[in-house]
Amino acid sequence: MKPETNPDALLRAERLLVHRGGVTVLDIPALDVFEGQVLVLIGPNGAGKSTLLLTLAGLLKPSRGRLLFRGEEIDAAGSGYRRRIAMVFQEPLLFDATVFENVAAGLKIRGRGRAEIGRTVPEYLERFGIGHLARRSARKLSGGEAQRTSLARAFVTKPEIIFLDEPFSSLDPPTREGLTGDLERILRETQTTAIASTHDQTEALRLADRIAVMNGGRIAQIGPVAEVMNRPVDGFVASFVGVETVLPGRVTRVSDGVFTAAVEGGEIEAVGRVRTGEGVLCCIRPEHVTLSTNIPPPGSSARNVFSGRILKIVAIGLFHRIHVDCGFNLVAYVTRQSLESLSLEEGGDVIASFKATAVHVIHRGGPLPAPPC
Amino acid sequence: MQNDRSFLIRRVLKKHGLAVFSAAVFLVGMALPAPAAGPAQKNLILATTTSTQDSGLLDVLIPIFEKKAGYFVKTIAVGSGQAMAMGQKGEADVLLVHSPVAEEKFMAEKSGVNRLIVMHNDFVVVGPSADPAAIKGSKTSSEAFKEIAAAGALFLSRGDNSGTHAKENEIWKAAGISPEGQKWYQQTGLGMGQTLNVASEKRGYTLADRGTYLVLKKNLGLEIQMEGDPLLLNVYHVIQVNPAKWPKVNAGGAKAFSDFMVSAEAQGIIKTFGVAKYGSSLFFPDAGKKEGDLGK
Amino acid sequence: MDLIVEGIKKAFSLIFTLDAEVLGITLLSLTVSGLATLISMFLGISVGTAVALSRFPGRRIVVSLINTGMGLPPVVVGLFVTIFLWRSGPLGFLEILYTPTAIILAQTVIAAPIVTGITLAAIQHLPANLRLQILALGATRVQTVWLLAKEARLPLLAAVMAGFGGVISEVGASIMVGGNIKGYSRVLTTATVMETGRGNFDIAIALSVILMLLVFLVNAVLTQIQQRERPR
Repeated sequence: MKPETNPDALLRAERLLVHRGGVTVLDIPALDVFEGQVLVLIGPNGAGKSTLLLTLAGLLKPSRGRLLFRGEEIDAAGSGYRRRIAMVFQEPLLFDATVFENVAAGLKIRGRGRAEIGRTVPEYLERFGIGHLARRSARKLSGGEAQRTSLARAFVTKPEIIFLDEPFSSLDPPTREGLTGDLERILRETQTTAIASTHDQTEALRLADRIAVMNGGRIAQIGPVAEVMNRPVDGFVASFVGVETVLPGRVTRVSDGVFTAAVEGGEIEAVGRVRTGEGVLCCIRPEHVTLSTNIPPPGSSARNVFSGRILKIVAIGLFHRIHVDCGFNLVAYVTRQSLESLSLEEGGDVIASFKATAVHVIHRGGPLPAPPC
Repeated sequence: MQNDRSFLIRRVLKKHGLAVFSAAVFLVGMALPAPAAGPAQKNLILATTTSTQDSGLLDVLIPIFEKKAGYFVKTIAVGSGQAMAMGQKGEADVLLVHSPVAEEKFMAEKSGVNRLIVMHNDFVVVGPSADPAAIKGSKTSSEAFKEIAAAGALFLSRGDNSGTHAKENEIWKAAGISPEGQKWYQQTGLGMGQTLNVASEKRGYTLADRGTYLVLKKNLGLEIQMEGDPLLLNVYHVIQVNPAKWPKVNAGGAKAFSDFMVSAEAQGIIKTFGVAKYGSSLFFPDAGKKEGDLGK
Repeated sequence: MDLIVEGIKKAFSLIFTLDAEVLGITLLSLTVSGLATLISMFLGISVGTAVALSRFPGRRIVVSLINTGMGLPPVVVGLFVTIFLWRSGPLGFLEILYTPTAIILAQTVIAAPIVTGITLAAIQHLPANLRLQILALGATRVQTVWLLAKEARLPLLAAVMAGFGGVISEVGASIMVGGNIKGYSRVLTTATVMETGRGNFDIAIALSVILMLLVFLVNAVLTQIQQRERPR
């Protein structure tokens, strides 16, 4: 993960307000987007994700507020700012032309010469794995191929910032999986600053340096991935992100499909195709964590066993959510019955355990595992 | 902006070269059929009747006049009524019409100057060969019209305020009949040629100028059932629209056309026009004669 | 029946002998209607696109006016253009009544709303976000309009063809403002009417055949382009 050290935002929004039909659909007092980072917007439909993206991209004039790009106010009327950015929508929105001509569109609009286009476009076609489709009509592409074309068309202009509005949400899961991986790789290779919106949590976790959870036109919480996932500021964010424990880590050892990852404050064993040195996100759902007072827990084959202290107990319906500090923060669910039989209380000691197979592994940074072909 | 423009031009030429080329061809083509390239006053608007155009007479006379006088004549073939309406508004320069009663009114209100007699032919009452109203042998046209009305035989009227229509109304008046609204009386609102066609198809009677009837005869199932009545005389006059009233009128052109129509050359052409094709003259030149002396 | 056969025979003999008058009339028809269509294309595509892309008070009224204009009866157009072009009319100073230019003007008034209306519908039919996508690619206003029009090129082509088909076969306005002047403002339709009046049915049929051939050719070209653009 890139640390949030850049003090000067690449793109800064101040007191942004968008009204539509007398209703405030976007209210962002302040937002900074840092150079080289990927900010992912998540939130339910109608939360204002698309409106925020369009506003930041200079495609929607805010009712009030201003946008600063590299410290200078954006003139949304001219094409100047729009020629430094790129945007990819949920629909590919390709022109009725060949794949090559589509990818070349942004360059042609900028009046770039034939030679440059002939040199650059094939490079980006290859990058997105659509070199063989160059001469094909955009009308005859599959959904995945079309969205790859759209991405290539955006990246080929070497934008300083790229906006992605739910770019993969109309694709089937395997296609989405492949494209998310490619996008992550290319974002990292090109060090492109990006803002993406998504419904898909895995996608968010794979791409994001920072996550902003949106609700009702406002940003409910914004911060580094682990912070938002592990310490939701309120019930809405908690319910939306699903309160998984998300631990950024690095693979230290791999053997027989089981690997060990060093995370802040401990080590976790998990199952997955990874290589030593690779960055991963280890996600543990609260219902997969077992709490007990004995070591080892009776009748358990769990490979991950940690002793810790209960930080907080929150009643949610039939369950209680228990926050445990075991070197890192871990969230577990227990029934009222278990809570009483184990006599758990805040500040008390507890043993937390989960299986290696319960860890949902998301690849992050570093070399990728061999593609599953 | 520079990029925009060259972008556009390049795109337009590359993708739409053909369209641009055709546009250029169109523009060049526009210059071709425009003899009006000279001064504006070279244009002369002649408002006339359909009979002079449909008979083909003007197709012969106009080019000779144009060549001689250097004017470009715009012949607008409408009914005599409409032609005079154009003259009343100064929208035409010279008229060639055959509706004497209306013409006199036109002159009286000073809409025209220098009304000259040009030629005449005559009207004929035509109808199906079976002659259902038995008008053959009638002494006068009004008598024939009375019989048509009495038999309730179909009669087709131009109904367009043309000279022919005016003449027809004159005859109905003489017969003391007001045919409008009668079942057997239908108005076509069309020119002479088309009205003859309708009469032929519907097996009805109609009043036609002899010239147009002769020209169309081969395609018609109509025969002349009544002719020779002095009332059926069809006289054409040329009238110059009064330039004192409408300064935009091409007075010089109108005068030249008027002079030409009564010239020996034009009168000669009128005399022989149609003889070869139809076996008899369609019009009889009358320049210099008095209207009252005609048909005697 | 004989008449029709004779007419068609005459038509082909007129066409193949390149009869000067018939050729002139045909060329004038093409020129006049082609130019009117071309002007309508520029007017209609730009106005149609502008209305399709903008939101302003009274837009609904403008749209219904355009749609009404698509059905303007040619004779009504002919009448009003004539009145405007009269020497005593507001445009009388132009002195273009009874000229091919006047026919072009009247036909433009007929065809422009047709092209505008179809353009409006075609542009509105494009994906809603396409305009934003084009802007996000860095396009200026002009480039945006151009690229959108290019995307809608098939319906726009149909619009142009509809406009052309409408005006080349129109007679009412042409005869009123053009005057059907021999060798000058006589087009295929007005000549057909006149030759019918003169009882020259063979020539009238010949002119009709030529007119139909022209319309057929234009449609064939359109179909050809459509087939090429949308294979399979």
